[in-house]
Amino acid sequence: MNATYISALELAAGAVLLSAVMTLWRRSVRSIVSMLSLQGISLSAVAIVLALHEHEHALLVTGCLVFVVKGLVVPALLRRVSRLDPRSRESRPLVNVPASLVFAAVLIVLAYVVGTRITALSATSATHLAPLGLATVLVGYFMLVTRRRAVSKIVGLILVDNGIALVTFLLTSGVPLIVELGSSLDVLLVVVVLQFLMVSMRHHSDTDRLTEMKALHD
Amino acid sequence: MLIVAILVIPLAMTIVAASFAWRPWIGWASASSCAAFLGLGIWLSVTTLSAPQWALHHSFRADSLSAFMVVVIGTVSLLATLFTPRTMGQEIASGVTTARYARHYVVLMQVFITCMLTAVLTANLGVLWVSIEATTIATTFLVSHRRTDGAFEASWKYVILCSVGIALAFLGTVLIYYAQLHAGGTVHSSSLDWTSVMSVAHHLDPNVTRLAFALLVVGYGTKVGLVPMHSWLPDAHSQAPAPVSALMSGVLLTVAFYGLLRFRAVAVAALGPAFPRALLLVVGVASLLLATLMLIAQRDLKRMLAYSSIEHMGLLAIGGAVGTPLAIAAVLLHILGHGITKAVLFLSSGEIYHLEGTTEIAKISGLLARRPTLAGIFGFGLLSLVALPPFSLFVSELTMARAEVDAGLWWVVAISLVCLSVIFAALTRHARHMLMGAGPGDATPSTLRASVAVPLITALVICVALGIVSWPLQSLLTHAAQGVMP
Repeated sequence: MNATYISALELAAGAVLLSAVMTLWRRSVRSIVSMLSLQGISLSAVAIVLALHEHEHALLVTGCLVFVVKGLVVPALLRRVSRLDPRSRESRPLVNVPASLVFAAVLIVLAYVVGTRITALSATSATHLAPLGLATVLVGYFMLVTRRRAVSKIVGLILVDNGIALVTFLLTSGVPLIVELGSSLDVLLVVVVLQFLMVSMRHHSDTDRLTEMKALHD
Repeated sequence: MLIVAILVIPLAMTIVAASFAWRPWIGWASASSCAAFLGLGIWLSVTTLSAPQWALHHSFRADSLSAFMVVVIGTVSLLATLFTPRTMGQEIASGVTTARYARHYVVLMQVFITCMLTAVLTANLGVLWVSIEATTIATTFLVSHRRTDGAFEASWKYVILCSVGIALAFLGTVLIYYAQLHAGGTVHSSSLDWTSVMSVAHHLDPNVTRLAFALLVVGYGTKVGLVPMHSWLPDAHSQAPAPVSALMSGVLLTVAFYGLLRFRAVAVAALGPAFPRALLLVVGVASLLLATLMLIAQRDLKRMLAYSSIEHMGLLAIGGAVGTPLAIAAVLLHILGHGITKAVLFLSSGEIYHLEGTTEIAKISGLLARRPTLAGIFGFGLLSLVALPPFSLFVSELTMARAEVDAGLWWVVAISLVCLSVIFAALTRHARHMLMGAGPGDATPSTLRASVAVPLITALVICVALGIVSWPLQSLLTHAAQGVMP
């Protein structure tokens, strides 16, 4: 039982980071969104495995919520955006794909260096995996900084958020339910807001020029 | 009861505004709802002087600090919403917006105000995060209200930067919770309640708390507008309608700062004063320096006011870094004075934009001869902003300087003094051009409507009154400052 629990947890948490790295590798929005969907589902698997192991009902509810919001709804919203905008393929990232993957490896090492100081407080099989979440956060930031397209920036934001959720589950078995509900709703709303902005900007002018954020300055 | 009423009033107003088509009376109703909860907020501050108040099974908690923030939110919201009928009337008349978007505007303003009130009244540090994040969503649409390219760019930048920043604050909150779960080796409490966190704050793991507080400073610092995550602020404040800028600059920034004040108390209890002080000093001084540089050669009126907000937030961070009861009391007085002053300035700059059709400083001149009342209000507002006596910002800055000297931070006082003098010179130069420069032709002086002039002049009089006699607030401020002492 215990061995199965640990390997299931490791598999799910590893899949979260793996799908984050895959989003750096893939270019087409369709496959990036599939990776995000996989990430959301793995994240909910982490929560559910933990909940079953520790008999936490609130965490089970959270896991199902994460499955719906991050596994299904958010990817569906992004798919709609990419259908609306055929040019949403990331054609010219600031850092090319092979270099991005090398950077990702460096970020993962960095996450482990920082992470060990946190996990030292309580050494369980779950907290040992927390650096995977930190690494996902860092990969998300990297994506936000180096990708120009609006869709890629939204993807980066979602990666950051999923990474934080993974850290939350592994370290604390989830924050109180009300906070978890609030933060999931917020993520959903932010994605809706961003989608709305992208769509309205397309009616006005060149989205990319706006999302590169060059017009307003001192 | 009082707490519930304060939250229900703006919520009910949201529902009213959502269910009727835009009419000017809705604007007046939303202003009266702000006046109502401001009144209740003052009452709440009196009751919290004896003991903190709780509501709804300990979900909400108000100590003097929360009550004081309710008063600040109420005052600035009242000023900003008093301008709703006028701003929307002008925008509909000039075709900038339609009745449909005017309705959205009123609803979003109410949601925005409700979120801020929830943030300061909740007992739970996690719900505090949720409420502050929710303000981002409401204000994004308010920033893009005018639907121009600039407005869309500003709101895009705002929502991306603030979501990323505030995500860091969430990670920080989670780490505090993790440290709390393992404080003293036992599971002490499984909630993020302020009182239960504070009860174990001395036993939090230093390594985890240090990382958590750094994340919280950068995260909430994004919403406060502190360096290095400040770059959304000038764009959002210059593109939003004037009452929205007034609310964002006047209270939203300081509501996020309120979050930092709470977590500073936790961090000081766990780590001792040195680390939180160093961190807040770095971001505070950096913000002050950056704002000074950007203000010298500023060309746009609203961006000038936005950078001045970064300056004042830097001063608040420095005051928070010092962290003595005197410094925190001065910080709180500064929050109120800055809120009112900035609201007056943004609202009058909205009038200037309406009359002159531009916010470029170079294109505005000779206001004093052509529009004496408006120019007078704007001029006195700037005098208050650069903290001349007898305005209340003078008192709060002086008190902060005294607290810094008491704490032995001479170099901070020196840097602040240099920055504030440069800012004084820069703002007076801009103001002299706008108010006294040679105006275009010999236009006859026009008067300002009383509905515009009276609220703004009253607000400035309040700033003066707070600067001369602080006694109505003194006990509240010291009591509130005690509340965030570790």
